[in-house]
Amino acid sequence: MTTSTIPSIVGSSKRSKRVQFFLLCLFIPLFTIPFYVVLSASFKTSQGADVTTMWKLPAEWTTSGISKAWEALSGNFKNSLFMVIPAVAISSLIGSLNGFILSKYKFKFSNTIFTLMLVGMFIPYQTILIPMVRFLQLVHLYGTLPGLALVHIIYGIPITTLMFRNFYVSVPKALVEAASIDGAGLLKTFFRIILPLSIPGFVVAGIYQFTNIWNDFLFGIVTIPNPVNQPVTAALNNLSGTQTVDWNVLMAGSLIAALPTAIMYLLLGRYYIQGLTSGSVK
Amino acid sequence: MPSFILVFIFVYVFIAYTIRISISKNWMPGLQDFKTTDPWYENYHTLVSAGRFQADIRNTIVFTALFLLIAVIAGLLLAIAVSNMGRSKVFFRNLFIMPYAVSFIVTGVIWRWIFNPVSGVNLLFQYSGINSLYKTTFGAELHPDWMGSADVVGNMNGLLEHLIPGGTFLQVQMGIPLALLPVIFAAAWQLCGFAMAMFLAGLTSIPHELREAAAIDRASGFRYYRSIALPSLIPMGITTVVILTSTSLKIFDLIYAMSGSGVGFSTDMPGIYVYETMYKALRYPLGAAASVFMLIGVCIVVLPYLLKFSKANEE
Repeated sequence: MTTSTIPSIVGSSKRSKRVQFFLLCLFIPLFTIPFYVVLSASFKTSQGADVTTMWKLPAEWTTSGISKAWEALSGNFKNSLFMVIPAVAISSLIGSLNGFILSKYKFKFSNTIFTLMLVGMFIPYQTILIPMVRFLQLVHLYGTLPGLALVHIIYGIPITTLMFRNFYVSVPKALVEAASIDGAGLLKTFFRIILPLSIPGFVVAGIYQFTNIWNDFLFGIVTIPNPVNQPVTAALNNLSGTQTVDWNVLMAGSLIAALPTAIMYLLLGRYYIQGLTSGSVK
Repeated sequence: MPSFILVFIFVYVFIAYTIRISISKNWMPGLQDFKTTDPWYENYHTLVSAGRFQADIRNTIVFTALFLLIAVIAGLLLAIAVSNMGRSKVFFRNLFIMPYAVSFIVTGVIWRWIFNPVSGVNLLFQYSGINSLYKTTFGAELHPDWMGSADVVGNMNGLLEHLIPGGTFLQVQMGIPLALLPVIFAAAWQLCGFAMAMFLAGLTSIPHELREAAAIDRASGFRYYRSIALPSLIPMGITTVVILTSTSLKIFDLIYAMSGSGVGFSTDMPGIYVYETMYKALRYPLGAAASVFMLIGVCIVVLPYLLKFSKANEE
């Protein structure tokens, strides 16, 4: 118990807090400026969208830029959705099973296997591109969205395993032991008892993986040479490299490519932050 | 478990395959020719003596050092300030992490235009009067070329050639390419929120008793941060630095979309080099060798950290 003369918690004083608040406010423009540029340009007309008037609000508001950008990117946007959703679901499911095994069953070399697996989270993917493409060609998935989803699943397993392992550490071991006394095997315990408890873990890992895979560019351009089948990030970069595209259309395209992860982030920001910190090796 | 085996193949076997290609002479996807070069390290030798790859190494070092410095310090200061906020805490926290949720390609495309010499920042110099102030002081327009600049500040060539035996092997000026600065800014802008989130998590996990004890001792806010908060943030700081360094050694998308290789490879990076050498120039062995360099760089940073983590796990 603290008396009234001693502050119960130490930290910055009231005045210092006010100064800090003011300083934080100074950062607001810095962090919102790119979003302002994209939004205002997206609603400009092609004639009104000149880079020399970048900072001005649209003189005439229109959605023609957005519809033109959608025309150019909608196919790739759907490609991304079609590829990302199964990749997120499958890599999270595999990660949860792995995380469960690694956190609740100690077996020989389990720690070594886990560490070796974590290396896969950090490697530069440039180092595995050649054999990856060879592999996709061998299984006849090169140039296809299922092929791209497959490599995202495999290279997503280390991070999802880590996240679920950290998540299951807080699940009481007694629960697993009770199930095994009742004669339930590993898989039965997992699907009957652990999986229903794992919804928060799936939300966190799912958001994290959705962002990672949606935002990927390298795998997209390397495994799928045909622009029609590429994900939206690759298509946006192609659009950006085209000299003839109007600036408002390019910015509207950026808006479209950013929207799914931005919306997910705005709705589920808390879980997103949890994912950032729980996905790190501590 | 089958998934473990799959990951091991896709990581370790694939890396071995790439290393094997990196010492081959003519390997091509259609032509599985594994004949090695003579001597075996020839591709690596070609690589380090090429001006472009030397520029890449210079750029990676400059980029990583400045990016880390800005992102970690900004992240730490933002975390401390945000942790002191009351109702506005969630707002600020979400604002600063927002960029991290968006693709590097998207932010790269946007920053490319904000740092375009005819628009963006240079227009702000115009509107705000900074330009006219600069003009009256220095007699010239303030109109930087940003990523279009070919200037390199500083010259370490003499020193490096003195230190590394082999005489004059450097093809590029070793210094800070000015064109890298906007790119470093954009990367720090996007990732300092991540550092902030990590430090914020660290700050909130400081035991309540410690804060109370400090309060009873009537420690000032500054004392508290210096003696209690900062030391307890060190593990989180190491994690953050390792993750951000490995990100920066691998950086590809942001720079590819924002500036490409730049004038005289002033913003080129190993990640871009590997991609273009393999898939544009179709020189797979050389690209593979460059990717092995990237792997070594990442391993130097990450492996000691993972091994320490693994040991702690054992107990």
